[in-house]
Amino acid sequence: MKFPVRLFAYGALAAAFSLSFATTLRAQDVTITNVSYDPTRELYREFDAAFTAHWLETTGQNVTVQVTHGGSGSQARTVIDGLEADVVTLALEADINAIAEAGRIRSDWRGTLANNNSPYTSTIVFLVRKGNPKNLTDWGDLIGEGVEVITPNPKTSGGARWNFLAAWAWADREYGGDEAKIREYITELFRHVPVLDTGARGSTTTFVQRGIGDVLLAWENEAFLALEELGPDAFDIVVPPLSILAEPPVAVVDEVVDARGTREVATAYLEYLYSDEGQNIAAKHFYRPSKPEVVDPALLERFPELDLVTIDDYGGWVEVQPAFFGDGGIFDQIYSGPTQ
Amino acid sequence: MAHITTGSPGWRWKQPSVIPGFGMTLGFTLVYFSLLVLIPLAALILRSAGLGLDGFLRYASDPRVLGSLRVSFVTALIAAGVNVVFGTLIAWVLVRYRFPGRRLFDAIVDLPFALPTAVAGIALTAIYAPNGSIGALLMPLGIRVAYTPLGIVVAMIFIGLPFVVRTIQPILEEVNKEVEEAAATLGANRFQIVWRVILPGLTPAILTGFALAFARAVGEYGSVIFIAGNIPFVSEIAPLLIVIRLEEFNYVGAAVIGTLMLGISFAMLLVINLIQAWSRKRFGYGQ
Amino acid sequence: MANRHPSPTSESRPVQWLLIGICLAFMALFLVLPLYAVFSEALRQGFGAFFTALQMPDAQSAIRLTLTVAVIAVPLNIVFGICAAWAIAKYEFKGKALLITLIDLPFSISPVIAGLVYVLLFGAGSVLGPWLKSYGIEVLFAVPGIVLATIFVTFPFVARELIPLMQDQGTGDEEAALSLGASGWQTFLRVTLPNIRWGLLYGVLLCNARAMGEFGAVAVVSGKIRGQTTTMPLQVEMLYNEYNATAAFALASLLALLALVTLVLKSLLEWRFADELAATNGGH
Repeated sequence: MKFPVRLFAYGALAAAFSLSFATTLRAQDVTITNVSYDPTRELYREFDAAFTAHWLETTGQNVTVQVTHGGSGSQARTVIDGLEADVVTLALEADINAIAEAGRIRSDWRGTLANNNSPYTSTIVFLVRKGNPKNLTDWGDLIGEGVEVITPNPKTSGGARWNFLAAWAWADREYGGDEAKIREYITELFRHVPVLDTGARGSTTTFVQRGIGDVLLAWENEAFLALEELGPDAFDIVVPPLSILAEPPVAVVDEVVDARGTREVATAYLEYLYSDEGQNIAAKHFYRPSKPEVVDPALLERFPELDLVTIDDYGGWVEVQPAFFGDGGIFDQIYSGPTQ
Repeated sequence: MAHITTGSPGWRWKQPSVIPGFGMTLGFTLVYFSLLVLIPLAALILRSAGLGLDGFLRYASDPRVLGSLRVSFVTALIAAGVNVVFGTLIAWVLVRYRFPGRRLFDAIVDLPFALPTAVAGIALTAIYAPNGSIGALLMPLGIRVAYTPLGIVVAMIFIGLPFVVRTIQPILEEVNKEVEEAAATLGANRFQIVWRVILPGLTPAILTGFALAFARAVGEYGSVIFIAGNIPFVSEIAPLLIVIRLEEFNYVGAAVIGTLMLGISFAMLLVINLIQAWSRKRFGYGQ
Repeated sequence: MANRHPSPTSESRPVQWLLIGICLAFMALFLVLPLYAVFSEALRQGFGAFFTALQMPDAQSAIRLTLTVAVIAVPLNIVFGICAAWAIAKYEFKGKALLITLIDLPFSISPVIAGLVYVLLFGAGSVLGPWLKSYGIEVLFAVPGIVLATIFVTFPFVARELIPLMQDQGTGDEEAALSLGASGWQTFLRVTLPNIRWGLLYGVLLCNARAMGEFGAVAVVSGKIRGQTTTMPLQVEMLYNEYNATAAFALASLLALLALVTLVLKSLLEWRFADELAATNGGH
C-alpha cells in the first residue's frame, strides 16, 4: 500500500502554519495593544493594571493590555506597516499624523480627546554626572570643548526631535533668529554626540549604564526616573532656563478598533488617562498632568518652572516634521556623524 | 551501490537507482529550501540591486557602513586568532591527557553552541561591567572591557571557541603515534615533534576552525550588542547598523549592508571549502 | 592520570600540568563564569523575587510563545533534514556538492540577515505583505514571521547531522530491504530510521536549542509586543532594558537550564551514538 506521503507532508505543513496563525487569535476576553514610545514602560505598567481593575469593576469584562515600546518614529512606521495597534500613545503629533495619512487613523483625530489629545506633557532637561563637573547649565555649554552629549536619533525617536527643537529654540533666541548661526550651533552640537541610540530609553542606558557622555538630553520624566532608579548619588538634573513644551499625544487607531470591535474599550482606555487615577499615576511617574487640579499637590512639587516655547511657535508639527526631519530636511543636511 | 545500465551511455544528471523516493525527497528539499531560504535571500539581493551599481556603491561606501564592517572584521579576526591558540591547546589537552573532570570540561566546550546569545550577552556584560566580578578587578588597572571593542572581542571569543576545538579534536584523535615515535628515533625533542610534525598536520583543521569562528563572529548579534558600546566607528558592529537602518525604515540601506555581509559569508564558505579540498589533497582528510 | 615519564609521545609531566592549568583557567574564565553569572544574578534578590519574575504574565506568554515556535519550527526542519539527507545520501546526481554547500548557508549568515530578508519580503514596499494582509494574514510582527525566521536559522541543524551519517551508511541496507520486497515507505520506517535515530535525535537537540534561543533574527521581525510577540530571549532583552536585571536573569536562567539539559543529552548521545555509528559502519 502506498502511503500518500506527499499528502501527509503538505498536510503537516498546512497544519503547522494554521497552528501558528491560531496562536494569534484573540483570547476570549478582550485584548488591546498599545503602541507606545520608549520611556513609558513604567508608566503603562502601573496604568494598565489600574485600568484593567477599573474596567473589570465597571463592565465585568476582563481586558488584557499589551504594550510595545520603541522610538516614536519607528513605532509609528511599524503601525503603518501593519502592526495591529488598538491605540497609539506616541511622543509627538507628527508621528500620529503619519499614521493618519496612511489611513489607519481618522484625519481629524486631534481634538477627539481633551488638551489636544495630550493627557500629560513633559519637557526637556539635562541629566549630568553628580556634581555637574563640566558645569553645564545652559544649551550653549553643550558645545564646549570636550563635552560629550547623549541624545537619541531624531530619525527614529520622538524625544530626540523634542531635544533638537529645544536646542534650536535656544539658538534662535541666542542668535536673534539668524538661521546661519543657528544651523552652525546645531551642527556643532551633533558633532559632540558620540552615539545616537534609536530611542530615549536606549540613550538613557548609554549614558547611565555604559557611562558614555557628560550630559544626557532627556525627557524630564526619563531624567527623574533615572535618578530614582539608578542613583540619586550618581546624577543631577539640570533644568535649562529655556526648554520646549513637549506634548506626547494619544489616539485610537480607527482601522484596527473597528475591525476588531474594540473601539469602546480602547476609547475608555485613553479616556482613563484623564481620570483622577490616571492623572495621579502620570504625575507619579514624572509626567506633567494636563489636569493638575485633580492631582495630589505633593506630586506636583517636583516639577520646576521654566520658560517654555511650544511647537506652535515654529508652525506646528505639520510644518516642522517635513522641514526639519523629513528626508533631506535640516537634520539630514547638518548631520555627518560624530567627530572621529 | 547497484547500477542499472541502459543501452546508451552518455551524460546522466542522475545515476539510476532502485531506491524509490528520489523525486519526492529532492522535490520537497528544493521547494522548502527555495521558499524559505533562496527566495528571501534573492529578495535581499534584488532590493540592493535595484539601486544599480552606482547607488549600491554609494550606500556601501558610507563611512559609517565601512566603519561598522571594519569593527566587525577586526574584532572577529582578533577573537578568532585567540580562539585558534587556546582552542588548539584545549583540543590537545582534552584529547591527549587524562585528568579528573576531563569529560565535564569536554562537554562544557559546547556551551556557546547551546546557550542563547542574548543570555550570553547579558551574562558577559554583568561580568565585565565596571562593577562586575572581573570588570571591577580590571578597572584599577585602567582596562575597560565592557562597552569597548575589547568587550566585543571577549564576546566573540566566547561564541567562537567551540568551532575551533570541535574542528581540531577529531583530527587530533586520528594522529598516528608512530609518526611521533619515528621522529623521536630520528633525534627530535618533544618540542620539535609537536611543532614540526604534529602541528603542520593540523593546519587545515586549524585554518578551518579559524574560518568558522571568524564567520560566526562577524555575524554575531545577540552576545555582542549588550557588551559593546555601540559607538559608531568605534564599537558599532555591522549587524547592529542593519537593525538601526531597519528602525529608521531605511530598508534600502539595511539591504545594502545585508548584501555586503552576505557576500562576506559566501566568501568565507568558499574559503572553508577550499581549505578542505586542499586538505584532502595534501593530507588525506577533510570532508 | 597524566603520564609519569616523559616519552617520545608525550610531554613531561610539569609541562602537562601547566598546559592543563592554562586550559582550565581559560575555560573557567570564558565558559564557566558566564554560566555561573546567569544564575547568581538571577538569585541576587533571593528565590522569592526569582519565582515572582517567572510568574509575571509577560514572562509566561514569552515562554509559551518560545515553545510554540519550537514546536512548529523543529518538526518542519526534521522533515526537511530527513528528505535532504535521503536525497543526498541514497542517490548520485550532479549538483550534490552544491546542494550540500547551500544547505549550510544559513549556518554562516548573520541571524540579523535572516530577519532582514523576511522584513524585505513581507514588509512595507513589498508585494507579498500587503497581498497577504488583504486576506487577513499577518506575517510580520506576528507569530508566523517569528516562525519563519526561526526556521531559516535552524534550518541546517538536522540536515547537517544526517547527511554525513547517511552517506557513511550507504545504500546497502535499503537495497537489501527492497530486494526482499519491502516498499519504499516500509524501507524508510523500518530500516533507515532505526539506523539514523541517534543522529536524528542529536540534530533535533541542537535544532531545538537554537530555535528556542534565537535572538537576532526574531528581534528584527517580531515587533516586540509584550505578551504577544516576545519570545523568551526578546523578553530577556526587554526586561534588561527596563532596569529590571533580576527578572531578565531569572528568565535567562531558564534558557541556561535548557542549554545545560541540551549539553547533558548531547554528551549522552555522543557516547551512545559513537557506538551506533561504529556498528552501522561495520559492513561498509
